[in-house]
Amino acid sequence: MNYPGFYSDLFRATLPETALEIAALLVLIVDLGFLRTATLKTRVAVAALLGVAGCAAAAWAVAIAGPYTQGNDLLLAAGGSAGVAQVGILVLTALTLFLLIGSDFTRNAGEYVAVVLMAAAGGLLISAAQDLLVIFIGLELLSLGLYILTAFAKSSGKSAEAAMKYYLFGGMSAAFLLFGFSYLYGLSGSTSLPRVVYGTYMASAHGATPLLYLALVMIAAGLGFKVAAVPFHLWAPDTYEGAPAPAAAFIASVSKVASFALLISISSVALHFYSELHFQILRSYVAVTTSNGPAHIAPGIPTAWPTVLVVLSAGSMLLGNLAALAQSSVRRLLAYSAIAHAGYILLALAFFSYSPISTNAILYYILTYGLTTIGAFGVVSVVERATGSDRLDSFLGLHKRNPLLAAVLLVLFLSLAGIPPLVGFWAKFNLFAAVLSVSAGPVPFALVALAIAMSAVSLYYYLQVLKRAYVMPAIDETPIKAHPVTLIVLLAIAAAVVVLGCFPTLLQNWIASFYPVI
Amino acid sequence: MLAWTIYLSFAGALVEALLPKGKPGLARWFALGVAVLALLHGAGGFVAGMGQGRQIIVDAPWVPSMGIHFLLAADGISRVLVLLTGLAAVAGILFSWNVEYRTNEFFAFYLALIGGVYGVFLSFDFFLLFVFYEIAIVPKYFLIAIWGSTRREYGAMKLALYSFVGSAMVLIGLLAAYSTSGSHSTSLIDLAHAGLPVSFQLWCFPLVFIGFAILAGMWPFHTWAPTGHVAAPTAASMLLAGVVMKLGAYGCLRVGIGLFPHGLDPWGFSFIGIGSWRDVFALLAVIGIVYGALVALAQTDFKFVIGYSSVSHMGFVLLGLMTLNQIGVTGAVLQMFSHGIIAGLLFAIVGRIVYDRTHTRQLAELETMHLGRRLPFAAWAFVIAGMASMGLPGFSGFVAELQVLIGAWIAKPWWTIAAGVGIVIGVAYTWRALQKAFFSDTLPTARTLEQEHDRAHSLAAITWPEITGVVMLVSVSLFVGLYPRILLDTIEPAVKALLAGGGQ
Repeated sequence: MNYPGFYSDLFRATLPETALEIAALLVLIVDLGFLRTATLKTRVAVAALLGVAGCAAAAWAVAIAGPYTQGNDLLLAAGGSAGVAQVGILVLTALTLFLLIGSDFTRNAGEYVAVVLMAAAGGLLISAAQDLLVIFIGLELLSLGLYILTAFAKSSGKSAEAAMKYYLFGGMSAAFLLFGFSYLYGLSGSTSLPRVVYGTYMASAHGATPLLYLALVMIAAGLGFKVAAVPFHLWAPDTYEGAPAPAAAFIASVSKVASFALLISISSVALHFYSELHFQILRSYVAVTTSNGPAHIAPGIPTAWPTVLVVLSAGSMLLGNLAALAQSSVRRLLAYSAIAHAGYILLALAFFSYSPISTNAILYYILTYGLTTIGAFGVVSVVERATGSDRLDSFLGLHKRNPLLAAVLLVLFLSLAGIPPLVGFWAKFNLFAAVLSVSAGPVPFALVALAIAMSAVSLYYYLQVLKRAYVMPAIDETPIKAHPVTLIVLLAIAAAVVVLGCFPTLLQNWIASFYPVI
Repeated sequence: MLAWTIYLSFAGALVEALLPKGKPGLARWFALGVAVLALLHGAGGFVAGMGQGRQIIVDAPWVPSMGIHFLLAADGISRVLVLLTGLAAVAGILFSWNVEYRTNEFFAFYLALIGGVYGVFLSFDFFLLFVFYEIAIVPKYFLIAIWGSTRREYGAMKLALYSFVGSAMVLIGLLAAYSTSGSHSTSLIDLAHAGLPVSFQLWCFPLVFIGFAILAGMWPFHTWAPTGHVAAPTAASMLLAGVVMKLGAYGCLRVGIGLFPHGLDPWGFSFIGIGSWRDVFALLAVIGIVYGALVALAQTDFKFVIGYSSVSHMGFVLLGLMTLNQIGVTGAVLQMFSHGIIAGLLFAIVGRIVYDRTHTRQLAELETMHLGRRLPFAAWAFVIAGMASMGLPGFSGFVAELQVLIGAWIAKPWWTIAAGVGIVIGVAYTWRALQKAFFSDTLPTARTLEQEHDRAHSLAAITWPEITGVVMLVSVSLFVGLYPRILLDTIEPAVKALLAGGGQ
């Protein structure tokens, strides 16, 4: 272990997770112990506020955790991109907790909040994990929480069905992931990410490449499931549709941020060692094979991994956007659009550079996407409660029934479609510019062109919703009432989407502040 | 001063959205006030900029790490088009004085669209220009989809998707140019100096050019224009034809030609006489001129006649750009201005003055209404506007098209001949529409007689905003036609600088 003072530092590195777990237990104690006789409203409010306080405490803990970013045998990184993702996860978790206050799908507020906090702790773990075992434990902690949250609307058959599907797919993908990890361990003899990369590099130099590919495909299956990349996306539409709205928002935002943070750390570890090994091995190879000119570098993770990611990315962009065109349920539409957005991000992960450009662009994208999508689910949940369905037609005449809600919807969906000056546009531009700055060859360029073309397609389906909210005549003109807390949260999110879009440097500087000044 | 056109319009849009509902009068006067104020700023900037070259208005770092600047500047081309936008915006509000349905939102979207248009004309940073270009898409969609007429949702969605596909192509070009030049800056001036490789320009130029030309109504990507114009409410079709199509043409000129001058170089081989992108786009422009005119000749819907005539007239703009010589490009810019005024006037007459009273735009039905006698003002206005549209001397269109034709003759004489055919057909379709709509002797059938009886009392009197708008637009076109130097003196140096390349 590389921590200077082992136990105290390990404790400090896991302080955010600890804070969340304590908050979770506290919520349970307060809700089940002290508030047994209180009304549901109070219980929900107290539980949610306690949860938010827990998130705040954890965010403070992230801030004081010392920066450990790279090194052999590191279990958990702290600071750097992991820190950004962790704070992002906590903020988004707090927002989904606020959404809970306005909803009524469950009577077990305490349990719900506790599970959310524990799942968020899993998210914190995987975004910092530097070891295969920690990754797996974190993923399971997160996933188990998500299965429970999906099933939380106990009176709804859809919720149970969605949870069952999610659970089956999830269990399967976890098995694949573990299987892939076992191969990596077999190839490298270690579970620490840097050593794994090093070991597989050496192993593939000795002809073990097919095995490595197998392992990587398995891992891609496991992680592709988490980020809902094609062809591992099948759970997403059903889960988004069946889960209670705050849970769906949690799945669509927090779980995505955590999973992409994990993908970032895998990619950056791979690249870090690639760039160092590149020269060492090049030198030794040149010494041995003088006749063949420049040495042929055997493909290790650094070249195999992007290939796998490119396939996932192109598939997700195409299928996500095209399938979204045919949806009549807004939740399913959001699910397919989430698949498409995952495709864009995977593109940046495939063309990843060691400089923080790529990392920052991905974090920027996923954090703002998470924020927007929470807002979108918030609007959907309000409409759903008033009309009883999330069909496109339930949004008819929303501008009359609740002008503020319609305005929020307008801002959020246009941002998702990537219309400037909203944050979604800036995120996309940043992401694609990062891809092209890493490599401007024909392949990345063609993929970026595909991504932009597909985001032109996406405008159509986002406009389908906005058309109903603003253009088409209302069938029912009774006003829709939103809980004041929900409305305030939604307005804040919409305002953030506008402000961050107009002043992109705000978030960029914030992200940059997590990196040690060199 | 010019920058305030943008700020005022967006602030106006925001305030308009927050104004108390149910007071359409307030919303109208407020919108008019904002538009007039913006026009005054634009005109002030135009006058102040006479005889000046390119002036930087605002240059603030926006995203320093990526070299993106909030860079507003103006040269002669920008100033003229800003002036056009101001005039078209004021006229559009005058002609939508009778909008009663969701008035606040109407003017909010309207002012947002105007703000985006001003922004495009004043941006000298490719990224910023793109942002404004896209900002203009969404209000267009809602203006047409909510307040439009014939097949409005179809027309609106088609327009939005065409625009978005075009802007996606531009975005690809932006990213490509940005990364090829070394990811230092997105300023148009810096990118033009970046020395982009010729091979790169040869494929990036058509991408960006077509992306912008879609919005300029270049054949065969023009099909959004007639349906969009027809579906749009009067003010929106005035803006669409008047300024939004100019956004596309302006992008073609400023970004396409300004940034990728070598994209027009010969390919090194030629196929049936076409040896460069210049030949390709000139051919498409000429086809657009003739095709638009021929199709306009066959229309039965009055507004479609004007819609297709826009495609034809925008063909002159694109042809002028492709001449790549001083006189042709100057003519193209002047044609942008001229067509913006004249098309706005025509759409106002057809959409507001005629259609809002007769509730039909079918020429066959209008024939039986004797509008020449019953709406003499409309008839007079249309005669004048039609003459201007045909390109009669004395109106702005004449000077502009003449210059384009001379430029085309210098470049390739057969372009001029083909485009001349378009002008002749232009006379024919304008004449046909004029005759059928206003001066027909056809006796009413029994059915239409009955309808007319109902309508006889309902042809409302012409209102003051309509008169003001018509007088304003006609006098601008006449003034520019009689004294074109007022614009040419501003346009010519800017075109010269742009064609000289490098610093634009």
